[in-house]
Amino acid sequence: MKHPMMTMTATLALCAGAAMAEDVRVYNWSDYIDEELLTKFEEETGINLIYDVFDSNELLETKMLAGGSGYDVVVPTGTFLQRQITAGAFQKLNMAQLPNHVNMWDMVEARTAQYDPDNAYSINYMWGTTGIGANLGKVTEVLGPDAPVDSLALVFDPANMEKLSECGVHFLDAPAEMIPAALKYLGEDPNSHDPEVIAKAEAVFTAVRPYIQKFHSSEYINALANGDICVAVGWSGDILQARDRAAEADNGTEIVYYAAKEGAQMWFDQMTIPTDAPNPSGAHKFLNFIMDAQNMAAASNYVYYANGNLASQEYLEEDVIGDPAIYPSAETMENLFTTTPYDAKVQRVVTRLWTKIKSGT
Amino acid sequence: MRRFFLIAVPYIWLLALFLVPFLIVLKISLSDTALAIPPYTPQLDFGAGWDGIRNFFAALDFENFTFLTEDALYWKAYLSSLKIAAVSTFFTLLVGYPIAYAMANARIEWRPTLMMLIILPFWTSFLIRVYSWMGILSQEGYLNQFLMSLGLISEPLIILNTNWAVYIGIVYTYLPFMILPIYAALEKLDGALIEAAEDLGCSRLSAFWLVTFPLSKGGVIAGCFLVFIPALGEFVIPSLLGGSDTLMIGKVLWEEFFSNRDWPVASAVAVVLLLLLIVPIILFQRNEQKAREADQ
Repeated sequence: MKHPMMTMTATLALCAGAAMAEDVRVYNWSDYIDEELLTKFEEETGINLIYDVFDSNELLETKMLAGGSGYDVVVPTGTFLQRQITAGAFQKLNMAQLPNHVNMWDMVEARTAQYDPDNAYSINYMWGTTGIGANLGKVTEVLGPDAPVDSLALVFDPANMEKLSECGVHFLDAPAEMIPAALKYLGEDPNSHDPEVIAKAEAVFTAVRPYIQKFHSSEYINALANGDICVAVGWSGDILQARDRAAEADNGTEIVYYAAKEGAQMWFDQMTIPTDAPNPSGAHKFLNFIMDAQNMAAASNYVYYANGNLASQEYLEEDVIGDPAIYPSAETMENLFTTTPYDAKVQRVVTRLWTKIKSGT
Repeated sequence: MRRFFLIAVPYIWLLALFLVPFLIVLKISLSDTALAIPPYTPQLDFGAGWDGIRNFFAALDFENFTFLTEDALYWKAYLSSLKIAAVSTFFTLLVGYPIAYAMANARIEWRPTLMMLIILPFWTSFLIRVYSWMGILSQEGYLNQFLMSLGLISEPLIILNTNWAVYIGIVYTYLPFMILPIYAALEKLDGALIEAAEDLGCSRLSAFWLVTFPLSKGGVIAGCFLVFIPALGEFVIPSLLGGSDTLMIGKVLWEEFFSNRDWPVASAVAVVLLLLLIVPIILFQRNEQKAREADQ
């Protein structure tokens, strides 16, 4: 209810006299910030913040490519960011207006530079991994105490999957996440853009397809927490959310998250400013506010995702910075890989392959 | 002058709400994808005058439509959508007709209340109603709990994430669109006709088939169109209730648009879908008109 109210006040303010109110419009992922930060920003700067949310990169990209979105700050994931920079959707950041940029973490910036060279267009907001979430009790019941919950073999070995199908398995409905994982399992380059290499992933999925209950990119949070399924391939923060919900429900369900030991994909959500942003200077103020060490720490403490802000780590709570599922150990970090976006032709091959895997057509 | 405006209104309506959007989609379907804003080319450049317009038309082609014929995915998705829409329409009619019939034969003071009950579900968001079906149909959902407590089944039925769930979802969602036109047709029916048929020796059942049903045909056809057409392009119900293998053209269109970012091919898929719908409707209307002329 809060959101329409905010928009309404904004409209009223605009009617009253545009000179009086300054607006910043932010478009971020759903459930991705501590809302107290939004009020804090308004109090500190006197800017009226309009905060909208989305739940898929595809939706955001369609808005960006259609142009005239009206947003001042948006948060695409690295691979999508790169393509949209090429399309001319974003403007270069003015570092003079971002003094808090010194807080950023070089380890993350080195990796995000492959999407956004020199990090000229974006700052990192949060990052995470794509891995395996498992209901420990049910999985060990089906597969025995030696169940390989930290390995891709759990979900790509048909022998394991056949047994797990009794308690239910969900895969992400996101070929850009799943195909690299299958390639990693085969020992191929997960970031391959070669259609012949990509085609090899098909056999991995065909072998386990009969045992997959559903391909979906968000239902697994509830399904894992409720015990409807016992294994999901999903995003770290989502599975940790399922873990917390299950713990709150106190129904004896224990959810664990592992970035697969063979190697897991690492992704980055980047804050950036559209070329046609109505208020770029306000947008810079928002980015600078977010890069404040304490503010960023508050966001991470709230959403349980790692961030790209080194200075914030001092203010992180122990169950965030100390949780290897959020801030992986140095050893795991070495195994994490990143991917780059497919061009239009390869993308078509990938989408087509994915439809074939899912529907058999 | 007044007459002119009266005639113009429906045409302006048709132009603004159907023809203009259709022409825009058609135009995109003849373009090529590009990594730009907006993500297709060519763009119509009025600034360049006639040359700009000529260059624009020269760059359009039917490539995307040829592409649709090259991959079996598209016609399979169209066929599968047609099948799902047809089966759902049949079941909606099967459920809707008796309800409409009962409403039309209810005591007159009851009818507004019954009508209200049919419309009432619209007060809740369509999305939430489809979501609640997930709770009913899931393996540990209310339906399975109920059937198992009655001892009718010993293993939970797998309904959610199959085509059955899609049928149930469509029938439930579109039922009012079937009931209302049939009810409207049945309500106008002159009861004396049935009496006459029975006087002439018809049983109640044959009076229904020989008199009531043919006279409600208009409502049945309107209801079937109202259910079949949106069901054919349905996206939300199959993606929430259907399985990963439920193939529908709405999902294919979504993937072309959002995953492949190929607005031209997505538009071509939409244009073909529209043609698939329009041709039978026009044929049907022409047929109706002929029948009407023959009557006179």
